[in-house]
Order: sequence, then structure tokens, then C-alpha cells
Amino acid sequence: MTKTDIYGVMAEFDNPTALVNAARAAREKGFRKLDAYTPFPIEELTDALHLHKNKLPLIVLVGGIIGGILGYLLQYYVTVWHFPLNIDGKPLHSWPSYIVITFEMTVLCAGLSAVFGLLALCGLPQPYHPTFNVPRFALASRNRFFLCIEATDPLFDRKHTSEFLETLEPKEVSEVAH
Amino acid sequence: MAEEQDLLERPERPEIIAPGYTFGTVTDQISAVVLTKKTPIFWTACFGVGFALLLLFLWSVVLLFAKGVGIWGIRPPVMWGFAITNFVWWIGIGHAGTLISAILLLLNQRWRNSINRFAEAMTLFAVACAGMFPVLHLGRPWLAFWLFPYPNTMAIQPNFRSPLVWDVFAVSTYATISALFWYVGLMPDLATLRDRTTSRFARFTYGIMAMGWRGSARHWSVYETASLLLAGLATPLVLSVHTVVSFDFTIAIVPGWHSTFFPPYFVAGAIYCGFAMVLALAIPLRSVYGLKGLITDKHLDNCGKIMLATGLIVAYAYLMEIFTAWYTANVYEHEAIWHRMFGPYASSYWSLVMCNIIAPQFLWFKKIRGNPVLLFIWAVIVLVGMWLERFVIIVSSLAQDYMPSSWGLFHATRWDWATYLGTIGLFMFLFFLFIRVLPMISIFEVRTLLPQAKVEEEEAPR
Repeated sequence: MTKTDIYGVMAEFDNPTALVNAARAAREKGFRKLDAYTPFPIEELTDALHLHKNKLPLIVLVGGIIGGILGYLLQYYVTVWHFPLNIDGKPLHSWPSYIVITFEMTVLCAGLSAVFGLLALCGLPQPYHPTFNVPRFALASRNRFFLCIEATDPLFDRKHTSEFLETLEPKEVSEVAH
Repeated sequence: MAEEQDLLERPERPEIIAPGYTFGTVTDQISAVVLTKKTPIFWTACFGVGFALLLLFLWSVVLLFAKGVGIWGIRPPVMWGFAITNFVWWIGIGHAGTLISAILLLLNQRWRNSINRFAEAMTLFAVACAGMFPVLHLGRPWLAFWLFPYPNTMAIQPNFRSPLVWDVFAVSTYATISALFWYVGLMPDLATLRDRTTSRFARFTYGIMAMGWRGSARHWSVYETASLLLAGLATPLVLSVHTVVSFDFTIAIVPGWHSTFFPPYFVAGAIYCGFAMVLALAIPLRSVYGLKGLITDKHLDNCGKIMLATGLIVAYAYLMEIFTAWYTANVYEHEAIWHRMFGPYASSYWSLVMCNIIAPQFLWFKKIRGNPVLLFIWAVIVLVGMWLERFVIIVSSLAQDYMPSSWGLFHATRWDWATYLGTIGLFMFLFFLFIRVLPMISIFEVRTLLPQAKVEEEEAPR
């Protein structure tokens, strides 16, 4: 196993089926540090790369709960403690009228956590990434499908991994410089 | 049994977009609208009209700031007038965008993929127009921040028991979530534009806006979760927004306002006129930009059907309004409806019945739904009808309530009209700017509609 100074090797495919089959083959071969790049989400690919779990639902749930609690407490604090208005002796803690704003704050905070959680989990914004060094990679946002085996994978070998990718019948295999 | 088998093996429904598209041609066609140096005359004309009306808006707003809300026709007892009519109308238009992007996503209606982007943009700009009115109507618009709870030396806070304050929270949350949802949807397409443009400036700008999106499968997996969650959040949100708007009326004790069926009635009306706006925008756009293969007659047909369905709900609400007024045995409710139908605003009332109940019945016919020009005209009729509906609800109820001695009619001034037309200008200005610089159809979602996007699984050995 020779250490290399590249990011990885990348194979280009021209249809989603070929990419999914290639991803499965690479997993079967034992590669774990791999990623695929596609112009649109492909459900089968998520299965093939075993990517199912992510923490976003949890982040959104926590965000929503915090938002709801803050929304309710804000109204409780203002109407009961900070600025109490006695109207006809009606209760100061008038919870039914708090529901709307509590709901809105829940949705607002959950939505904000969904978006910022998405960015955080994806490590975005990230203006530079080694894959952008591959000239044909611009097509990953148009009509080409890429599979990249990264150099950090224990099984990675510059020569052998390229040869393995060639066996998957790609359009082209290229090295990804750092 | 044999028949059942046939049903199960029925071929899938025909593709939504026209045959012959590939990933490449879809991408090129949609991004060409943005990346070309040529601008169609249609665009320049519409943008010009929008810009001219925007200047009219600025003019009337400057005058409003200088002289106060007296330049409008609002006089006691009708203090809500055009401003709140326009607010409710614009907010309603926005609702169709969220319905298309969120509710139809949850319901797995894949045809929405080619109209959701510009429908969301429509939402965003309609909410921007709507948000103007309550603020301009405040009398002292420069103190609009008093609507929000913030620590201040006056030690006063908004009244959280008031639906008007709920509205502030509902509309600002709606605007924020719509903007975020729209931006998240744009990210992959911004990356496409970044990769396709030849101009350095455009590549830099789109690159910054795309945040380095590279279509990684890991990202897509989180992205799909995020879209679903945002759709799940936006769905109750959109229903809550017009519900809260209707609370502005129902919680008041004004006859003709104080009723429990307002929330569903308002939400249905909102979706009704929102879809009318979607059609009014989609029909000219698809023919000017040659996008009939992506926004097909099937889309227009579906939008027409939704308009018909929500129109029937609205018609039912009008009937219920009359029925409940009679059933309450309340003389003031009786009179409110009577005045609405035969009083000084009768002409508005019967016009809205024509526009909102009679006219849409023609949408039962496939010939009308299949003819884009007629459908466009019908959409405009519904937009006018829904504006009249809000006008009649607001003005006729306020003009004649309990005490005949305090009755008074509303007469719109030229500045009422100028402000209203001005926000139409603002909407057109923003919308056509959007058409020019961002992809109006979601490129990556249309790619998923193509037959070749399907992964062909090898038959498992039996």
C-alpha cells in the first residue's frame, strides 16, 4: 500500500444505473471512503452507499422544541410578569391566546435549524473542494455521474484502484489532485 | 381475479414532460434563459411596466409618509379600506406557491417539479407586497418595529392576546420559511449555473450563492431529508397563515366578520387565487421561452382543476355565509348580508359572485382547461373576483355595522389605486428580475422526471 498525494480517483458514468452498479461493486470490494456525485438525488445510490442515517431530523426536532418553549415563555413573561393587564379580572396566564405565536415560533426555529443543520451536516459553504480540479467534473451538475474513491481509504492504491474502476466500464477514469 | 391482475399490471402513467428530453437538453434549455445575453422583448416590456409602476409606488409611499394615511380614502367608520384588502389578497396569492412546493411534495405529486420554482418565487414576492400594506397603514410606519417584542425604555410590549400581533408573527415566519425553502431548492441549480456560465463574474456570483454545492451523494441524502422536513413544516404553516389572517376579522365583533367558518374559507380562497396567479404567470412565460415541453398542457389542466375545486369550496362558503346569517336569527347579521347583497356595495358583491362562482364553472369543460388563452383569461377573472371578495368583506361590513348614525361609505382615492397598482409593479419588477437571473424551473427536479433517471434494477434470480 503506497501513500499518495492525491485526493482520490474518480470514474465517470453517463447514466444512473451504471453509477449505482459501480457504487455497489466498490462497496463489495471493501472500499468505504467513497462518494458519488450526481446531478440529481438518486434513492438507490443512498442505499448502495449505506447513507441512510443522518442527524437532521433530531436537529430539527430540538430546534422546534426550543422555539416553541421560547415562544411560550416570551408571552408568559410579557403578559404575566413584565406588563400585566388586568382586564375584567380575567386570568393573566391566558394560554389559549398564546397558541398561535407558540406554533409560529416552533415552525420558525425548526425551519431555521433544518436549513442551518443541512449546511452544517454537509460542511457547506465550502468554496473549494478537490473534486473541482477534475475538468470534466463540471458535468456533475449537468448529465454525468461520478464515483470517487478517496485516498484515505485503507484499501486505496493509486494504480490498483484506478484499474479496479476501469473494470466497471466507465467513460473515463481520472485522478483527483488536491 | 384476472381483472385484478390487469389492474395491478397496468403500465405506469404517461410521463409528465414531453418525450425526447435528456439530462443535457433539460439543463441547457432552462439555464439558457438565464445565461444568454439576449433578452426577449416580452421580458423588457414586462419589466418596464413593472418598473414604471414601482416608481408610482415609491411616489405614493413618499406622499403617504409626508402627508399621512389621509391621502387614502379611509375615513371613519371604514378605516381598513384598500390597504387591508390588498394585504389579504397578496398573502393569499402567495399560498399557492407553498401549496405547490410543500403540500404537493408531501403528496408525491411529481408534476409539480416543473412549476414549483417560480411558484415559490411568486410566494416570496407576493408576501413582500402583502407585508407593505399593514406597515404603510400604521399611520406612523417608521415605528413599525413596535410590533415586535423588544426590550425598550418605554417598558411597553405588544398585546399577545391580539390577532393583529399573531399576524405579525405568522407573516414574518411565513416570509422567512418561504425564503429559506426557496433558497435551499435553488442551491443545486446555482451550482449548475456556476458550472455552465462562461462569464467570470457570473461564475463567481453563482459560485458564492451555491456555497460550493457539488452534488455529493452524502449531501443529497441530507438534502432530501431537509426538503421533506421543510415541506412538513411549511404545510401547517401555510394553513396557519391565512387562518391567522382570518382571525383579524373573526375575533372582532363586526357583523359579517364574526363567524367560525372564516379560517377554512380564507385558506381555500387563498389557494384559489394563488393558482389563478400561477396560471397567469405560467401561460405567457412558457410560450415566450419555449418551455411548453416542460410546463405542459397537463400542468395547466391540473392547475385548472385545483382552481375549480377550491372555487367550489369558496362558493360553498358564500352560501354558508348567507345561511349562518339567517340561522343566527341576529338582526345585525341579517342586515350585514342584506347590505352586502343589495346595499351600496351590491355591484361589487354581484361581480364577485360572477367572477368566483359562475365563471369557474366553465372549468368543468376540458376544452376551456385545454386552451391556454382562455385559461389565462379565466385566471385573471378569478384574481379580480378574489380581490373584490376581500374588498366586500372588509368595506361593506365596516361601512354599515350596528348604529345607522355611525354609518359611512368608503370612496377610494387615486392614491389608493396608485399604491395598489404600485405593489403590482413591485411584484412584476421582482418577478421578472428573478426570471432573468435565476432558473425559473427547478433543473434538478425536472431531471428526476425523465424516464432515464430511473435506475434499472437487474432481475433478481428466482
